[in-house]
Amino acid sequence: MDPAKQIAPNAELAPRRRAAGLLARATANELRAAWDGLPEKPEVKPVRGPETGLVMVRGRIGGGGAPFNLGEATVTRATVLLASGTAGHAQALGTSKDNVRLAAIFDALWQEAATRDFVETTLLGPIEARIAAEDRQKAEETAATRVDFFTMVRGED
Amino acid sequence: MYVAVKGGEAAINNAHRLLADRRRGDRSLPSVTIEQIVEQLGLAVDRVMAEASLYDRALAALAVRQARGDMIEAIFLLRAYRTTLPRFGSSVPVDTAAMKVERRVSATYKDLPGGQLLGPTFDYTHRLLDPSLLTDEPVDEPERRDTPQEHIMRVSDILAHEGLIEADGEFSEDHQAGDLTREPMEFPMSRDLRLQALARGDEGFLLALGYSTQRGYGRNHPFVGEVRIGEVEVELEVPELGFAVSLGRIRVTECQMVNQFKGSSKAPPQFTRGYGLVFGQSERKAMSMSLVDRALRAEELGEDITAPAQDEEFVISHSDNVQATGFVEHLKLPHYVDFQAELALVRRMRSDIETARNGVKGGLQEAAE
Repeated sequence: MDPAKQIAPNAELAPRRRAAGLLARATANELRAAWDGLPEKPEVKPVRGPETGLVMVRGRIGGGGAPFNLGEATVTRATVLLASGTAGHAQALGTSKDNVRLAAIFDALWQEAATRDFVETTLLGPIEARIAAEDRQKAEETAATRVDFFTMVRGED
Repeated sequence: MYVAVKGGEAAINNAHRLLADRRRGDRSLPSVTIEQIVEQLGLAVDRVMAEASLYDRALAALAVRQARGDMIEAIFLLRAYRTTLPRFGSSVPVDTAAMKVERRVSATYKDLPGGQLLGPTFDYTHRLLDPSLLTDEPVDEPERRDTPQEHIMRVSDILAHEGLIEADGEFSEDHQAGDLTREPMEFPMSRDLRLQALARGDEGFLLALGYSTQRGYGRNHPFVGEVRIGEVEVELEVPELGFAVSLGRIRVTECQMVNQFKGSSKAPPQFTRGYGLVFGQSERKAMSMSLVDRALRAEELGEDITAPAQDEEFVISHSDNVQATGFVEHLKLPHYVDFQAELALVRRMRSDIETARNGVKGGLQEAAE
């Protein structure tokens, strides 16, 4: 995996990383609606999965020290191949095989010039906006519980 | 003579059918759904995930439902399920500094970057039963307040800046994090393995041990430097892609316990630390874990080992409630043969005593026999 990193600088990987991360967060409704909205359904061959397994989640001692094994999480992953030869991968927390299979298809479609814009505008953009709105709402709800200390003045002067 | 005993099959089948009936309860009431358990009994779900050592809220809720709310039974179910799945790999270590914080308090600094964020806490409630929850009254939406996107600094980083606190625990470069689920336990254990065991340890057991350190059994003068709860990103290196991708977020609770000093002829005194990190929202567990983590560092920090909480083998060997319940509860299973053997033994002991007594009274009589 390291040679790949060396060949492709981080700037090129960043968009793919972003797409994969957003597809992992997609809801069943978002994926289904995007699939239904596809003008032409691609021919898809399953290569691997969808299959559910575990990922050992690691933490760091003291927050930033040596890694330790915190516990596992369920993860589902899938790889598909489009008729054009483009492979799509997807992996997400949880056990939803349908979601991950669709996410892998959209990962492949995102890589193809003809369909990238569709995936961006009907799927990735809305997911990104939804997550941002959810994060903002939570942050604001938490901020309302922030303690504003004030000093009581006792006695005169 | 050994007699194999069979039977009970019909009784067992009927018992399980009865269990299913009692689990369902009164059929005139609606059945509780997995979504309802996840949403409304979320902290029970969190505890099951933490102690089963498997993060999956839907499956943990299923386990709670199947176990009729018996937490250890639910933990057992989820632990057993985990053994049926292959492991895809290990995540990139989660970055708790980048947490989407939902609660964060510090007992050591009043004013700190990011502030004291109470979040959804039971603290400061009056612990009075709320009759409005007897019925399904509407609940107000939470208050909101505009907030800048600011980095909520770790308290340990503030102290580290002045060199007043020991660093996060490090090992040498070539140290591989141990994994209890793959290798048998051996003592003494490294701190990474202890933390894995404590993270899945029984909340009640760790709470009691943490409490014992406060009461003087291995006292180490703790302050909660910080407790924070929120979501962190889980990233996995995907070989097909050649880089790490996010799999989504999980909620964790982290506790940084700050403890009294350690210094030497070479290094000036510094605060020492205990660390707690737990799946889900559970600051009681994270705090207990950090107290016990600190107590178990007694040898490393040159302290006398005088209390149960400092005894690594005692603590780690008894912290897992699935193991503990298995061994305790197996006592109710048939031990007919063992018991017959003991019964025969006690009878013989008694008859030997009897015989000896009679022998003292009438030695001649015995000789005649």
